[in-house]
Formats: sequence, C-alpha cells, structure tokens
Amino acid sequence: MDQQEKNRLSLIAYKIRLNAITAVYNAGSGHPGGSLSIADILSVLYFKEMNIDPKNPNMENRDRFVLSKGHCAPGLYGALAERGYIPKEDLVTLRKTSSYLEGHPDKNKIAGVDMSSGSLGQGISVANGMALAGKIDNKDYRVYTILGDGEIEEGQVWEAAMFAAHYKLDNLTAFVDYNSLQIDGPITEVMSPEPIADKFDAFGWNVINIDAHDIEQIVSALETAKTVKGKPTVIVAKSVKGKGVSFMENNVSWHGAAPNTEQFEQAEKELKAKIKELEEN
Amino acid sequence: MAEKIATREAYGKALAEFSKDYDIVVMDADLAAATKTGIFKKACPERFFDCGIAEGNMMSTAAGLAACGKTVFASSFAMFAAGRAFEQIRNSICYPNLNVKIGATHGGISVGEDGATHQCLEDIGIMRTIPNMVVINPCDAVETRAAVKAAIEHNGPVYLRFCRLATNVLFEQDNFKFEIGKGITLKDGKDVSIIANGLLVEKALEAAEILQQEGISARVIDMHTVKPIDKELVLKAAEETGAIVTAEEHNVYGGLGSAVAEVVCEGRPVPVMRVGTLDKFGKSGKPAELFELYGLTAQNIAIKAKEAIALK
Repeated sequence: MDQQEKNRLSLIAYKIRLNAITAVYNAGSGHPGGSLSIADILSVLYFKEMNIDPKNPNMENRDRFVLSKGHCAPGLYGALAERGYIPKEDLVTLRKTSSYLEGHPDKNKIAGVDMSSGSLGQGISVANGMALAGKIDNKDYRVYTILGDGEIEEGQVWEAAMFAAHYKLDNLTAFVDYNSLQIDGPITEVMSPEPIADKFDAFGWNVINIDAHDIEQIVSALETAKTVKGKPTVIVAKSVKGKGVSFMENNVSWHGAAPNTEQFEQAEKELKAKIKELEEN
Repeated sequence: MAEKIATREAYGKALAEFSKDYDIVVMDADLAAATKTGIFKKACPERFFDCGIAEGNMMSTAAGLAACGKTVFASSFAMFAAGRAFEQIRNSICYPNLNVKIGATHGGISVGEDGATHQCLEDIGIMRTIPNMVVINPCDAVETRAAVKAAIEHNGPVYLRFCRLATNVLFEQDNFKFEIGKGITLKDGKDVSIIANGLLVEKALEAAEILQQEGISARVIDMHTVKPIDKELVLKAAEETGAIVTAEEHNVYGGLGSAVAEVVCEGRPVPVMRVGTLDKFGKSGKPAELFELYGLTAQNIAIKAKEAIALK
C-alpha cells in the first residue's frame, strides 16, 4: 500500500479523533479514551474496507458494522460525520435532550448505524446474527464489529465466540481494541481477559495480532480475513487508549470523562497540528 | 374436548405449518425437544439454528438476524428466556424494536415435577415492563396457533408464553378469530367478570358454572394479550358487571391481575380480586396437585368472585 493511501486514512483517523473530542467536550460527558483508540480502525473500515453508501444507508447488500463497545459512540459518530452520514455540525449536540445523537448508538435514530449498542457483550452476538443472515440468504456482504478488551470479560462474548466458530461465520471479522485499560484500571488488575489471542484461537477463530494504529497492518489484516474460509477472524489490535491526545494517552481517567475548556483547547491544538502535518504530506 | 394438547406442542406445530408461507427462522437453546421447536427443525432444518445452552447470545443473535430482515422465533423455557436473557431482550431486541418473537415454553407451575427453578411465575410481569414488547399468553392449542400467526404478522417484538402441560382444547379452529390486544368474551354475565388467560381460562369457565349454580351470573373473558391490554373490554366489564376477578398462572404481582387493576383503577374503579400465585416460588409436584396447593382452582376463583361482589 502506498504512502499516499496510508496518509489519507491516517488523516481521516485524526479528523475522526477531533470530531470525537469536540463532541465529548460539548456534551460534557462521554468516552474519549476508547473513541481515540479505535479511530484508525474506523477510518479503514469506513473509508476503504466497507461496501457502504451514505446516500443509501440501508442498501441491502451493504457491509454491516456493529460497535459492540457502544460507549465509544463519539468515535463512531466522528466517522459517520466524516463519511457524510450525519452533518458535522450536529456532533456538538451529542447527548443533548433535543439531539438524535444518543450517548450510545441508536439504529433507529442515526443513519448508518446498523445496530443499537451499549450494553457490553451483546454486539458481537448481533454481528453473528447478521453474518448468519448473510449465509442463509447467500449474500456476500461482510460483518464487522469492534469489542473492547474489558468488554470481553462478559461471558456472552464467549457464547458468541462459540457460536461464530460453530456456524463457520467466515463473513464476520471482529476487532478487539486491546488498549489494556478499563474503567476501574488496567485490565490485568481488574479481571484479566488475557491471553486474548489464545482464547479466541482456542474457540476456533482465525486470529491476527496487529498494531491498532498502523494503517497498513489494519488493511492487511482485513485482506487476510477475507481469504480465510470456514472460520471467523478476530483482529486483536494493540492500541493506545486516548491515542493522539498527549495527556489522554494510556491514562485510565479518560475512559469516561470530558475535557474542560483548557484541556479541550490543548487536545484540539494537538490534533489539528497532526491533521495539518498529514495534509501537507 | 377429546384430545389434550399442550400449548408448547401447538407452538411447534404452528411454526412448522407456517414455515411454508412465511420466511421465519427459529432458534433454540438446547431445548428443541421440550419447547417443540424440534417439530419445525424437522420440517425446515435449513432455517433452524441451535444456539446451545446460551440464551443471552441467542437473543442478541436473533436481533442481528432480524436487523437483516428476518422474522425470528427464539425459544427456551420462560425461566431462561424472560429470566436469564431479560437484558438481551430489552437492549438487543426491544430497544431497536426488532422483529423477534420469544417463544417461551414451560411457563408457570404446570411445569410440575422439575420444581421452582424451572417454574417461571414472573415472566409476564418482566416482559410487560419493556417498551415495544407485546405479551401474549394463549389458553389452548387453537389460540396458540392463531397467536403464532398473529405474532409473525406483527412487526416488532412479541413474547409468547406457552405451557408444558397437555390441556383441553377450548376453541374450534374453524372461524376462530384472534387479534392481538383484543380479549375474547367466552360467556356473558352481569354480576361479576372473570378475566383470565393461559391455563386459568378453562378454570374460569368452570368457576362460572359453580357460580351459576349459586345464582350468580359471571362473565368470562379470555385475555390472551396482556400487553397491549384490551382496555375497552376491561372497562366495559367493570361498567356492566361492577366486580372483577383475574386468574392467571403467574405471581399476582406484575401480570394480568396487575394489568387489569391498572386499567380499572384509572378508568372505572370497581372491586378487583386477583387469583394467581401469592408472591411465592413454585415446587415439585403433579401439576393438578400444585394448582390445588397454590389456589389456582375454579373453586378459588368462585370464592374470589363472591368476595369481589361483596365489595360492590
């Protein structure tokens, strides 16, 4: 993949980050840390990988996406705004009573949201159902989902992992956003889900380990996933929670807190500098 | 009233029958032999998916199928459907208003010998509190078949409660009319109304006969749909008979009795007595003996009817 394409997707990822932070700042609450850690994955999915059409959000054979870690809605909305599903100016209405931009994704309110989510562990099962529907109907769409590494502590994730392997859902690709932090602290201290890759492997999945902020690795893993037949693929994506905003990186206190004005201005400055750098590249 | 048929049996047969005309998908959680979805599986194996003993995953997976246009029936025992998987039903199915039908069998104490852990007496109450959910508890095989068809044709989530025990068939299939949210008046009466559903409908009819012998004229209503409740029919009963008894195989908290009392209190206050389990767990035993033990009998309904009349 050429440098120009990598830059294009990386630039979009930073725009998604800026959108997410702007939304959370204006809402006064929300989840910036995990939204920032999945921005590169969202960029690749929404701007390269998925067969989707913002003008026809319910296109029958579109690829589906379920944000199983639904609290990272600001990241998803950031991507949907960049892709043209929702007006960018609406992002500042996040979480407001009069807004359709719910704190967690609502499929019936927001164009481009294939499934409502927020209660952890359920999104991967929903993605299974979508993938199974594709198999039943012999359709060639693919289904993508992003799980949190804390989220996989939910037992339902492993029920779903069994199901996907049992029914050979090779049209399903799940990401685990492996940023190693959850609300109460490091995942290894709260309730270790490790070794993550080995667990999915034992459940019968094709496992790919990548750096969640390396565009080329994300693209390449998705390409590989499409070639694997008879089993679902999980991409365990080692990420930095809060990626792109210096004071949020690897800091668990930014899991679910909004920046104050000063912090927002600092975050905005850093993200805009990165965007400018990528635009000039 | 020749052959006895369990509503779960009628459910399985209805799924198989309607699989010919409707594009339905059926899921079960390792209980296909008991819930009778196995009958559908035999008729239509390519549209049957066993989820194993993992009800939460089954409900959310059903939601995913429905999000891609499928009409899905997800089955387990009432205990593990409404109970174990409540939150998946609430968040994955009802919040996005997806076209999933929960076929919950083994409701109530008529489960019998398996005892309290398998006798769900809370499901109607739990399911009734979720927005978008329709709750139906049919009383016999004919009504079950009609309810399954109505659920298929209804766009949105439906909770269907069936029973394990083989019971009498009260209706005749020919000309049977079923509409979600419309109760059926089985017998007219002027002194008291007995509003029942599920297996208590037959006992309500028996209670009306007991009352008849004592010179009391009882109206009997089969309120198969607990949500949306047929307000018009309930208020008409309150207005015209002035006293109501509800009868259900469920805790008196949260189910049909509560639903009827809510409507009566707000619209036309008259005495309402409730027959159901009295905030107690079930236990092992023969269903008929358990019905006696928990007061789910025609005699008890008749007693409560007279108490309601006395309060007029």
